[in-house]
Amino acid sequence: MIGLADVYYLAGAMFAGFALLSPRDRANRKRFGNTAFWGLLAVSFLFGSHLGDLANGLLVIALALLGGTRAMGVGAPQSTSPGEREERARRWGNIIFLPALLIPVLTVAGTLTLGRILIGGSPLADPREVTLISLALAILVALLVAMGKFRPPALAAVDEGRRLADMIGWAIILPQMLAALGAVFALAGVGGIVGRIATTWLPLGHPFAAVAAYCIGMALFTMVMGNAFAAFPVMTAAIGVPLIVHRFGGDPAIMGAIGMLSGFCGTLATPMAANFNIVPAALLELPDRNAVIKVQIPTGIALLACNILLMYALVFRF
Amino acid sequence: MSYWPLLGIAALVAGFAVRANPLIVILVCALVTGAAAGIAPLHLIAALGHAFNQTRYVSIVWLILPVIGLLEREGLQQRARILVGRIRAATAGRIILIYLALRQITAALGLTSLGGPAQMVRPLVAPMAEGAAESRLGPISDEVRHTVRAYAASADNVGAFFGEDIFIAIASILLIKGFLAQSGFDIPPFRLSMWAIPTALLAFAIHGVRLWRLDAKLERMAQLGRVAQEERP
Repeated sequence: MIGLADVYYLAGAMFAGFALLSPRDRANRKRFGNTAFWGLLAVSFLFGSHLGDLANGLLVIALALLGGTRAMGVGAPQSTSPGEREERARRWGNIIFLPALLIPVLTVAGTLTLGRILIGGSPLADPREVTLISLALAILVALLVAMGKFRPPALAAVDEGRRLADMIGWAIILPQMLAALGAVFALAGVGGIVGRIATTWLPLGHPFAAVAAYCIGMALFTMVMGNAFAAFPVMTAAIGVPLIVHRFGGDPAIMGAIGMLSGFCGTLATPMAANFNIVPAALLELPDRNAVIKVQIPTGIALLACNILLMYALVFRF
Repeated sequence: MSYWPLLGIAALVAGFAVRANPLIVILVCALVTGAAAGIAPLHLIAALGHAFNQTRYVSIVWLILPVIGLLEREGLQQRARILVGRIRAATAGRIILIYLALRQITAALGLTSLGGPAQMVRPLVAPMAEGAAESRLGPISDEVRHTVRAYAASADNVGAFFGEDIFIAIASILLIKGFLAQSGFDIPPFRLSMWAIPTALLAFAIHGVRLWRLDAKLERMAQLGRVAQEERP
């Protein structure tokens, strides 16, 4: 059975490849910083499950210090020039889209099938992790198709991957770092404290005040935590269930559905939701790392206002 | 219960406000929060390590980098521009608007993995939108280019966030159901997804209108840029 661990080995091998090719890159003055960063990340993916929590914690601190102190540069692997790319784009035609489109299509196809195909009584892929496994397999297939069609030099895939990875740089581990911070928040009971502040300090005597406090609280708390899933239990236990449902007789399904979506309005507006907001800015080579957030804030605010009115109009009626 | 652990959040907000490197800000925030809550340092480091290791799955998407890099080497982005350059009705705003609709509909059907910044925006949507802007406005400034890219990324997020909750088996719906069940309400997932529809329609309307007006905005930016250049001695 293919499990998540196998996918981690694949990712570990890729990061190890980045680490091994970085020192050759003399255009990058900080190339050994890149080697150290990608090397440590490879260690995390290859051996993380055997290291123990403390060693993993030290590894996280080392990665954060390397990434956070500008110890890494941006490599300049040998690639094609803009002129060559223009010429190849005309030569290959639209077939060049095939590998890129294969990835989402095969991911969905794999998600629907791989967990159900039985080999010797056990499924081909771990059914609990089938989407991630399908994504990894789809990427492998796309890579093989691309290499077969375009016949690039042997190490071109690793070098081109390294080009993009260096560009994203430290932001690559930001989502995992934020998850680690979330664990510390949970350990320290931050959620309970915020919930208590919300209930003691807000005037919640009117149904509309309760609805507004719940929706805005979901958005703000999501902005702090970077994740609506962390905010939902806290805000719903503090305001949603005791006030909107029990005191004012609101419908719990409407409250829950629109409450969660109010949290998503906060997700649009926070750098803490790094994988949605900061990583795309890095991936698209935007000089302002908050550029995506700035575009999303007007939509987030307008939609939050709509959510408050929607919940107030619907939750006490059904 | 003491309020001291909130010091960490204050450090976090302050760190982001002065634009310090987020990795360092997070590290400091974790140390401050842990110290304020009386968690032993070694225990804190172990908690960080455990969570980092347990969430490696969010980084699986980076496996895509070699494929995208390889395709870019062979002219993927240039090809995307050629393709949209031939369609006269294609504008940056319309292309991103169509992507928003497709992203939201597929997410509502549970197909969130069809999109994403690495999978769709960088290799396809952003170059197509940039190509359309170029064929309408001529050579575009970096400012216009970056605006187009930021809007393309925003459509990916808005479509996914406000589409996925219409699908009954998505994690957030299951979380709502599970939490409400603990509080004594047994609610079928279908009811939760149904009540996600009004917000989904409003999200499409709001972001859609902004995308509809994007082309005019880009044109203004391009004109201002030209004026600024002519005024320069």
